Amino acid sequence: MLSNKEKDLIKEIWERLTPVAAEIGADALLRMFASYPGTKTYFSHLDISPNSSHLLSHGKKIVLAIAEGAQDISQLTVTLAPLQTLHAYQLRVDPRNFKLLSHSMLVSLACYLGDEFTPVAHAAMDKYLSAFAAVLAEKYR
Amino acid sequence: MVEWSENERSIISNIFSNLDYNDVGPKALVRCLVVYPWTQRYFSSFGNLYNAEAISTNPKVAAHGIKVLHGLDRALKNLDNIKATYAELSVLHSEKLHVDPDNFKLLSDCLTIVIAGKLGSAFTPEVQATFQKFLAVVVSALGKQYH
Repeated sequence: MLSNKEKDLIKEIWERLTPVAAEIGADALLRMFASYPGTKTYFSHLDISPNSSHLLSHGKKIVLAIAEGAQDISQLTVTLAPLQTLHAYQLRVDPRNFKLLSHSMLVSLACYLGDEFTPVAHAAMDKYLSAFAAVLAEKYR
Repeated sequence: MVEWSENERSIISNIFSNLDYNDVGPKALVRCLVVYPWTQRYFSSFGNLYNAEAISTNPKVAAHGIKVLHGLDRALKNLDNIKATYAELSVLHSEKLHVDPDNFKLLSDCLTIVIAGKLGSAFTPEVQATFQKFLAVVVSALGKQYH
């Protein structure tokens, strides 16, 4: 469960990262592809080499969605409704992969924020990303 | 048997040769106890673990973090035989400490994040993948003797 303090912390961090959404998103994706090569199978139609425009625009999309969810975490199911449908009926990404991207995202945050990514911030972020992933998978079955 | 390229060996060796064990060890264990509070179940003798502040200043946690991190030295020195190297420690964690092996992954994820925080952009996707491969092999070896 996320406390109000944690929700504020998460909102504040993602607000700060919105201007560098493409950079953070692309970084997280690259980390995921390097550590978990199976995840690349979902991107066979895109150029996912470092700095490619596909990678940057896709990374940006993902981070902006996460940031938008963070604006009002209690409304996640409402905010993510269109993305729920997309992932369930079109993309059909195995939800186990959400964990892999979440972990990669946490590493990106650690690299970018350094000491500011305290254990408390990490805990809050991990909880948020888990909740986000769970909501995203809600329409799968 | 696990295969290591020359590049992977050098990446792993570099991470450890530049590692401040007395800093990273405690930070990794603190992070694990804060991010995954159920792991505190193994440390009831450590005193005050009531909140993040208490955990991060707890001397027993710090000392234990250093000890656990040094436990990785064995893998570093025996990259080609990690499974056998950790057989004894695996038995210890199973028979004596009764640690759920799922916890090894939690701690290894926290260690990855601490090192990422320290190295910043130098912790490239390639370095991360190699380090995670190393940790996964150790984690697997530590779980091998459970029955």
